[in-house]
Amino acid sequence: MDRPIRVLIAKPGLDGHDRGAKVIARALRDAGMEVIYTGIQQTPQMIVEAALQEDVDVIGLSILSGAHMTLLPRVMELLRDHGMHDVLVVAGGIISDEDARILKEQHGIAEVYGPGASTHDIVRFIQEQCRTRA
Amino acid sequence: MDLAQALLEGNRRALAQALTLVETGGPQARMLLAALFAHTGRAHIVGVTGAPGAGKSTLVAALAAHWRRTGRTVGIIAVDPTSPFTRGAILGDRIRMQALSGDSGVFIRSMASRGRLGGIARATGDAVAVLDAAGFDMVLVETVGAGQGEVEIAATAHTTIVIETPGAGDDIQAIKAGILEIADLLVVNKADRDGAEQTVRQLRAMLSLADLPADGWTPPVLTAVATRGEGIEAIAAATERHLAYLRESGRFAGREQERARRELRLILQETALARVHARVSSSDWDALIAQIVARTLDPYAAADQLLDRAWSNAGG
Repeated sequence: MDRPIRVLIAKPGLDGHDRGAKVIARALRDAGMEVIYTGIQQTPQMIVEAALQEDVDVIGLSILSGAHMTLLPRVMELLRDHGMHDVLVVAGGIISDEDARILKEQHGIAEVYGPGASTHDIVRFIQEQCRTRA
Repeated sequence: MDLAQALLEGNRRALAQALTLVETGGPQARMLLAALFAHTGRAHIVGVTGAPGAGKSTLVAALAAHWRRTGRTVGIIAVDPTSPFTRGAILGDRIRMQALSGDSGVFIRSMASRGRLGGIARATGDAVAVLDAAGFDMVLVETVGAGQGEVEIAATAHTTIVIETPGAGDDIQAIKAGILEIADLLVVNKADRDGAEQTVRQLRAMLSLADLPADGWTPPVLTAVATRGEGIEAIAAATERHLAYLRESGRFAGREQERARRELRLILQETALARVHARVSSSDWDALIAQIVARTLDPYAAADQLLDRAWSNAGG
């Protein structure tokens, strides 16, 4: 059936800057996706619980606090615990190339976006990934 | 069916997937709903509606927290509008419901209104049925901001709570008149603001003019400051009193009948249209539409033709 891609946008950790997350949410909405926006200061448990209840195809994690190497792997671990291997996870924020490589290769984050990333690229990546997974 | 079984056994992922299925619709959704149907009819279904920004999400979260403290489980459906242009939606109701996170007695699902035929009414009704079958004691449905949806919710819910805010003034008199007919409870939220008492007085005055049956239910007008949890206990108590009233007065059966009648009609509309779409080619549609535009065929006659074709093709 033809149903919109559902995306959870969440901000793990303690920083309160959600402008980037809102810009992404808006871009995904404009691309025809249903975006569940959960707000700031989410624990990995809260994020995975919301993703489960909302049965999303994609989780977008925005993180600027620097705690990405503890919080993002924890999210991935909890997703695996719940059998949610099929959920695509992308991250955005201030994340070094080396950390991005580790997050992708060792933890299963599909893509990592830095401050200059274009929303167009993010939208296209999600659409392509969801199409091949469907 | 595996999904139904898992859902009935309390598997939350199965519940989430079942909600996706009924929201999308189609033959699998129908099979699932058929398997769950015998398990529905136990929950107290409460609708919450009001203008955008009136505090619906906050009130729903506060009520849910209250009912959790009294040991009841709560399922929540929160509906936000779909963009008519992109089909996308931003569903932000969970932001105000974070305090409920981590409680396995609560399940929150955001839904986009999607605007398809039978639209949100059918999808919401089905989602309510799924949460009901999953065993939640209370099922709370938060509508999109006031509009057509508010009348639909009254047909889905046992108890409808309408939220007003102070100072909305004369601009919303027309809405209030419509709202009076569906409200079982009226809540003036943000009651710490100026003008709350006046709003309460206005609503009571309007209710006194309404043609309410003498032996019936008079919607109470309550105040709340949902962000601080003030007034929530009284709203919960009035909600429970309303259900008791429905049962004791015999009106519960009447509402259920009305609900079933409406649901059947919606399903019939949607099924009939789907059948026409499946049996009539798009070029035949286009040909009929061209005739209507050319004024050689009126739209009612065109609809008759489509119905004839949909059913005659079925036999052959």
